[in-house]
Amino acid sequence: MKNIQIIIFLILSINISCAQFGETYVRDDETINTPETINYEIKNIYSDVEIPWSIEFLNNETIIYAEKKGEIFIIKDGKSLKVGNVPEVYLRGQGGLLDLELHPNFAENNLIYISYALGSREDGGGNTAVSRARLIENKLTDLELLYKAEGNSTRGQHFGTRLQFDNDGKLFFAIGDRGNRNELPQDLSLDGGKIYRINDDGSIPNDNPFVNDENAIKAIYSYGHRNPQGIFLHPKTGKIWTNEHGPKGGDEINIISKGKNYGWPKITYGINYSGTTITDEKEHPEMEQPLYYWIPSIAPSGFAYVSSNKYKKWKGSLLTGSLKFKYLERLVLNKNNKVVYREKIADSIGRVRDVKESPDGFVYFSVENKGIFKIIPKE
Amino acid sequence: MRFVFFLLFSCIIFSQEREESIERGKLLYEDLCLRCHSPDGKGIKGIYPPLDKSDFLFKHIKESIIAVKEGGIEGDIIVNGKKYAGYMENMGLYSDEVADVMNYILNSWNNKYDKIITEKYVDELINKK
Repeated sequence: MKNIQIIIFLILSINISCAQFGETYVRDDETINTPETINYEIKNIYSDVEIPWSIEFLNNETIIYAEKKGEIFIIKDGKSLKVGNVPEVYLRGQGGLLDLELHPNFAENNLIYISYALGSREDGGGNTAVSRARLIENKLTDLELLYKAEGNSTRGQHFGTRLQFDNDGKLFFAIGDRGNRNELPQDLSLDGGKIYRINDDGSIPNDNPFVNDENAIKAIYSYGHRNPQGIFLHPKTGKIWTNEHGPKGGDEINIISKGKNYGWPKITYGINYSGTTITDEKEHPEMEQPLYYWIPSIAPSGFAYVSSNKYKKWKGSLLTGSLKFKYLERLVLNKNNKVVYREKIADSIGRVRDVKESPDGFVYFSVENKGIFKIIPKE
Repeated sequence: MRFVFFLLFSCIIFSQEREESIERGKLLYEDLCLRCHSPDGKGIKGIYPPLDKSDFLFKHIKESIIAVKEGGIEGDIIVNGKKYAGYMENMGLYSDEVADVMNYILNSWNNKYDKIITEKYVDELINKK
């Protein structure tokens, strides 16, 4: 009997393997364009990195970035300064130090928000947490834990997460399904497979969709997600957009709406990485359809909206890294939000982890073991 | 005669210990290693090195243990005549888990290794480094 349980567990383990590491199964993406003219230059502005999971701007010249293993650095003029008092992270598989986000009023309050895997072996593993601290003279002080997902696990999968403030000062973040798709994403009483919305002090906004649902976790904003690892605030609509690691052929872009169910794992366009079927259902009247889904899966990382005029014809495009195909991808949408064109930027550069637009409108992105890059338009 | 029994008994204990370690290692492999090194241990030629019948692995068991524990083998390595330039991420395994996953890798597919890697041995290697 025990053997049967082990075998079932193994089969599940294989099935739940992730788009992020899909290299094993797909080698080339022939669905994306290579631009005919390249009127920009890709400049490496800093190279001493391992897994620069996230980048953020303290100002036009100063970048703060997070190394997955649990370190934060400030980069200015090509030099780095290590930030002190970074909270200890639970380094496990995809988990570690994840995203950084400045408070909308950072200039006055110095508050920085940090997402990371938190836990230990003694705690039965870890799960995703969000904290905030003040960044004062290259040190974090007043560290305060705002949210910690329950249900620790030693599994290495699907911690999420990115952080994003919206225009009302609410903080959004996603926590992935932690490799437990059968139990978590569709159950509002359990953490994982959800997008959350909290106030800047960690309290629950009283207009969250499930505040009156007795059994639900009150911070939940939407559910039925697999592993979102890219997020941005749309500058025109004020809506939160995410990308999400799906199963094979099921990576998605979604616009996040209050209280909605995004379907995982009840509906998906993807199949297991082993080639077996998860479900035949791709649609459900009570579940949201993605705005776009990638075939093949690209394993999307950071996600950004180009709002500046710095690059010819790029305004309004979306940018996302592809961990699998090792490029930065630009997507063009028509006015009905349909993806009409995709192209590679920085082809074969490496595993792109994050992409951001600086306050003065330039695009920066980080690449594992390569560095932080700036895209400089040519005249 | 008593000695023979002792030896036999030791052998049984040893092999049971090893089997249990391999079983635990298999679960860790499925969770944390398989996505790059693939279920059959063959990796992807030129991108992720194979573990099955890997000449590098059997020649550099100590370095491999340290790499699993701390992440990354620096610089290019040649595995079965093919160059690999990548690095391996630190997956956050504890020493006993490193031992388990090494025992699994060293005794799976076409691999065979007659010794057992223990938690103590992993710790010794890390401390000596």
